[in-house]
Amino acid sequence: MRHEGPTALERFVNGVLPENPVYRQLLGMCPTLAVTGAMKPAMTMAAATAFVLISANLLVSAIRGLLKPHLRILVFTLTIATFVTVADRFLAAYMYEMSKQLGPYVPLIIVNCVIISRCEICASKQGVGVALADALGMSLGFALALASIATVREILGSASWFGLPVLPASWPGWGIMVLPPGAFVTLGLLLGTAEWASKRRATTGIWATVRGLWSWRR
Amino acid sequence: METLTGLVLIFISAALINNFVLHYFVGICPFLGVSRRVDTAFGMGCAVTFVISIAALLNWTLTYFVLRPEAPVPAWAWRVAGGDPARELDLSVLSYIVYIFVIAASVQFVEMYVRRFFPALYRSFGVYLPLITTNCAILFASLEIMKQLQDPTRLWGLHQALGLAVGGGLGFTLAIALMAGIREELDLCDVPVPLKGAGIALIVAGIMAMAFMGFTGVERGVETALAALAAR
Repeated sequence: MRHEGPTALERFVNGVLPENPVYRQLLGMCPTLAVTGAMKPAMTMAAATAFVLISANLLVSAIRGLLKPHLRILVFTLTIATFVTVADRFLAAYMYEMSKQLGPYVPLIIVNCVIISRCEICASKQGVGVALADALGMSLGFALALASIATVREILGSASWFGLPVLPASWPGWGIMVLPPGAFVTLGLLLGTAEWASKRRATTGIWATVRGLWSWRR
Repeated sequence: METLTGLVLIFISAALINNFVLHYFVGICPFLGVSRRVDTAFGMGCAVTFVISIAALLNWTLTYFVLRPEAPVPAWAWRVAGGDPARELDLSVLSYIVYIFVIAASVQFVEMYVRRFFPALYRSFGVYLPLITTNCAILFASLEIMKQLQDPTRLWGLHQALGLAVGGGLGFTLAIALMAGIREELDLCDVPVPLKGAGIALIVAGIMAMAFMGFTGVERGVETALAALAAR
């Protein structure tokens, strides 16, 4: 069977780093900034987003033959809203405290541009297998991005990681890091670092060779 | 007078103290994407304020009469259908789907209306109007209103819902216009290459968020001032 466009493996790999939703495409910024004050809420949010992304991608891919061009965005949004309702009810039933803490950001997954862009770019054009691989890759990339920001903010802000103390008790705890300004500044600096690292990697050392081989193979 | 004080507090809180962009992080995508020039940023802010008010109006009506627990319409339907009177129909599980549908539909209608009757305004909004559907700020305002309506002790009226929506929209306009002003100046600065674009914009937003934290506590001052005004 012939596929048009990238294969499942390429979709998966692309989602993790080369087309990372946060660092490369600047999508899904609301949860990226809002729930990364500590690891626990960040990982819950990543899991909820992954559930919605995988389910929506699978369903949209399965019904892609029925989509009408002018109504497709509406279909994507309503599909996503349905799965978000499921995720929200689940969190409220089994993780009540976490659901209270995440507050409006769980329903706001509906307007997370990562999911709608994956439905549009991949799931509405390719088969169920590719769509699943794409959703898994993107979810992993999104989770890694949330984890990187939450790690910096929780360690510097509360001297802990996943609630476990990692810095000596004498650490003052930079309160600003868990407040909104810390989120903006951390993400800004991490974006700059990622940009700088990828520039270096593209021009020097073994990474350039690996990248050259990878692009040649394609 | 008490109603008016409450309304002013809701408005100031949504616009300044808990600014939608700089405190709740909603509407970050246009905040970073459409903040290169002051006039387009201001246009975007106005479009968002307009749509947020319409969506809040429609969603408040739907929530109040249909989607909240103990809402009149489902209760009436339940009685007519001969349901068990000891139990009640709670449709709040449907809220998210209804809200996003209402928002998408109202953006579509606003677009058609503006294109038909205000072609000049339509041209200046350009592609931003359809993009507003996926703006988190609109859905966020509806969700905040829903939270107030689900708690029977705080049942918000339409004026409070509109106060939140207009305040939030104007707060968004203020933030995005300020940001665009700073970024216009930033074009002339020597920014480190990796930070160019989104990186420096986020750091600027962080400093702006720090400045907006200074508004914390303003609501108490406003409350005292209004009470003094009423007593006079």
